[in-house]
Amino acid sequence: MRFTPLLFFSILLCSNIPAQDTVTVFSGAKIYPVASDPVDDGVIIIRHGRITRIGARPEIEIPENARVIDVSGKTIMPGFVDTHSHIGDGSGGDESLSLHPEVRILDAIDINHPTLKKAIAGGITTVNIMPGSGHLISGQTVYLKLREGQRIEDLLLYNTQNPEIYGGLKMANGTNSIREKPPFPGTRAKSASLVREMYVKAESYRKKRTAAKDDPDKLPERDLQMETLLEVLDGRRLVHFHTHRHDDIITVLRLAKEFGFRIILHHVSEGWKVADQIAAAGVPCSIILIDSPGGKLEAVNLLNTSGGILERAGVDVAFHSDDPINDSRLFLRNAALAVREGMTIDKALEGLTLAGARMLDLQDRIGSLEIGKDADLVILSGDPLSVYTHVEQTWVEGRLMFDRSNPEDRKYAVGGYDVFRGGQGHVDIGGLE
Amino acid sequence: MSSRNNRIATKFFLFTGSIICILFINNALQAQIAVRGEIVHTSSGPAINDGVVLINVGKIEAVGPAAELEIPPNYRTYSGKVVTPGLIDAHSVVGLSGIYNQNHDQDQLDRTHAIQPELRALDAYNPREQLVTWLRNFGITTLHTGHAPGALINGRTLLVKTHGAVLQDAVIKPEAMMTFTLGKSIGHNFSSPGTRAKGIAMIRGELLKAQNYLQKMKSADDKPDRDLRMEALGDVLERRIPALITANQVTEIMAALRLADEFKFRLVLDGAAEAYLVIDEIKAAGIPVIIHPTMVRNYGDTRNASFETAKQLQDAGILFAFQSGYESYVPKTRVILYEAAIAVANGLDPQDALSAMTINPARILGIDDKVGSISPGKDADLVLFDGDPFEYTTHVCTVILDGTVVSDTCR
Repeated sequence: MRFTPLLFFSILLCSNIPAQDTVTVFSGAKIYPVASDPVDDGVIIIRHGRITRIGARPEIEIPENARVIDVSGKTIMPGFVDTHSHIGDGSGGDESLSLHPEVRILDAIDINHPTLKKAIAGGITTVNIMPGSGHLISGQTVYLKLREGQRIEDLLLYNTQNPEIYGGLKMANGTNSIREKPPFPGTRAKSASLVREMYVKAESYRKKRTAAKDDPDKLPERDLQMETLLEVLDGRRLVHFHTHRHDDIITVLRLAKEFGFRIILHHVSEGWKVADQIAAAGVPCSIILIDSPGGKLEAVNLLNTSGGILERAGVDVAFHSDDPINDSRLFLRNAALAVREGMTIDKALEGLTLAGARMLDLQDRIGSLEIGKDADLVILSGDPLSVYTHVEQTWVEGRLMFDRSNPEDRKYAVGGYDVFRGGQGHVDIGGLE
Repeated sequence: MSSRNNRIATKFFLFTGSIICILFINNALQAQIAVRGEIVHTSSGPAINDGVVLINVGKIEAVGPAAELEIPPNYRTYSGKVVTPGLIDAHSVVGLSGIYNQNHDQDQLDRTHAIQPELRALDAYNPREQLVTWLRNFGITTLHTGHAPGALINGRTLLVKTHGAVLQDAVIKPEAMMTFTLGKSIGHNFSSPGTRAKGIAMIRGELLKAQNYLQKMKSADDKPDRDLRMEALGDVLERRIPALITANQVTEIMAALRLADEFKFRLVLDGAAEAYLVIDEIKAAGIPVIIHPTMVRNYGDTRNASFETAKQLQDAGILFAFQSGYESYVPKTRVILYEAAIAVANGLDPQDALSAMTINPARILGIDDKVGSISPGKDADLVLFDGDPFEYTTHVCTVILDGTVVSDTCR
């Protein structure tokens, strides 16, 4: 059965409007709108889950009957965008194939899983949940807004111009998808050739569709794999490509050029070696910062200097948690560690927010504090780059979703007895051997 | 002069030149050094504002305020905003578990038997491992390393300085502690024990055997043949080395206390993710804790870990230290400086956090006469930071180990 996105969109609107009719004003904080210069003593006004005004306090008139929240001394940032996460205990393709474009992670996610609460506690309001990297194509990713909801449909997030796409396609090259036996590739060249074969097939499927011109008798039979790949070939569905080694990165650029699909490079451990090539291709990078290199051959040369090097080459850089690799609660840490090793503060803060939004085609709705955008805010206790700073509150579309002063919420920020139950998704990182 | 002679002469000068150069650098880096810090945290007393530390041939000669302690003219001076003692990673697997995570560099667990006290980390440690250098660049000068948790009894740990091309140059204690792991997860690695209770029964059985062995060894005429396993456990039973028991859940923590009580060995708790539930019991038993990395994943035995446990141990007056722990994937090791920082962000006093990376682990490891604080006579292990050591954006700029500058680049 196919989804009827309009229906979900209306549910979404209905569920949000009634509770959000009041006008809420955040007054007195240092605001990092990200799309514009920071404001030292700022005001943000929100209504119907969106930002209606933003600016310096003396310049903004507070409407009567508004609920005014004094946030003096605090810092406000746009809700964080985690471009690559495995929260929600889902997994994508299985061992039967190495290419699963038809598999949707949204069919496997437990939205009540405590890892989602963990992400909100870390200030993450939008997340791209991905299937794993053990396949050339492991399935469709899903973009979720961490708003209240009973079903995953309540959380879906899409660009209003393209409402039937609420996720990307996860692809991978390098060692994770190489195995001993078919249907998995045994080498890098085989990996590339399997991918090319599949896209060539998709191109001829597209040719048949075009030739049929909506004539139902001439249309080729529906094919879930081909339909997804058509979205990719048409540039409507982005490819989130897991890749580490410099030569694998170049391979991704080559494949993307051959078939014309839009890609985001993920991890990009050796991106610093080919930063100019990535920049020339105009391809954005979603990177991870880690406490030590290694753990797998491809990550031996992973350096936290990547952010700064890619930035200076002119590449758009966002961060990801890859939760459970890094903890969603410490998402802010990415920016600080990148700045420690040479990234500019502005670009690092953008990497937590707007750059990530662009990598999900969602920059018109989220990622910065601007009039008309979703009222997704993180209230911080201080400087975004300081280890002493906590996420105090997370607001999603004008609704308070995490409040550190509430003991029920706080436990997700610090952990403790029976707070986090369940597994760790696709990555086996068991504490013991 | 022929061109051949010219070349020889050039080679000669280059050669002697480099020798002189090496001697000079060596001399400059090793002999007499002064360290000046806007704040010097000594871990043996209050912090000193505008402090000076004098180093003479590998040892700390003097420490005090710059106003009172003059830097002799021949001392080479290094300056930093904040100076601390060299950091001590209280429990790691680095040097046994390498950066590549391939079979050839993974020596942290032998799966042939669940009980192997005869193993020594000493026989597996690679001082040239890249991750040793990685940790050293973050100011870790002393490393307590060994096998990873995962077997009931996993052998003896090793205490090293994080330098040395060969093992002998690095070793502080060739056999520091005997490692044990409790919990159901051991069953993933061995066919038995399959349950918690069976695991404890197996350990008790083995310790009883060792008691009998010690007894027999004391008899004049009926000495048994030497037995490496029994000898090793004998060291634990006769309190020559402590048992380092990895116990994260309450069931395991209490079982560890029970074992120590029954067999009267010296116990150090490792991990202790649920320590906050039995703080009083740990305190009453007087047992020190090497706490799990603050950022340990909430998964398996550590699923109930909390960012606030370090603070709770401190508040209860329990001696504790930070560790990098064991990582089976990415990142391949953690860094105690980062782990302590998250504990500080969650309520632990910065001074206490610093102690838990310096003097506390030195005490727990029985090397506080040698390292762990900036005190005259101790090894000259120092770290110079360009700001608050716990801030993400602060860099470690200089690391001095046994009086030698081993890193002089801010990173």
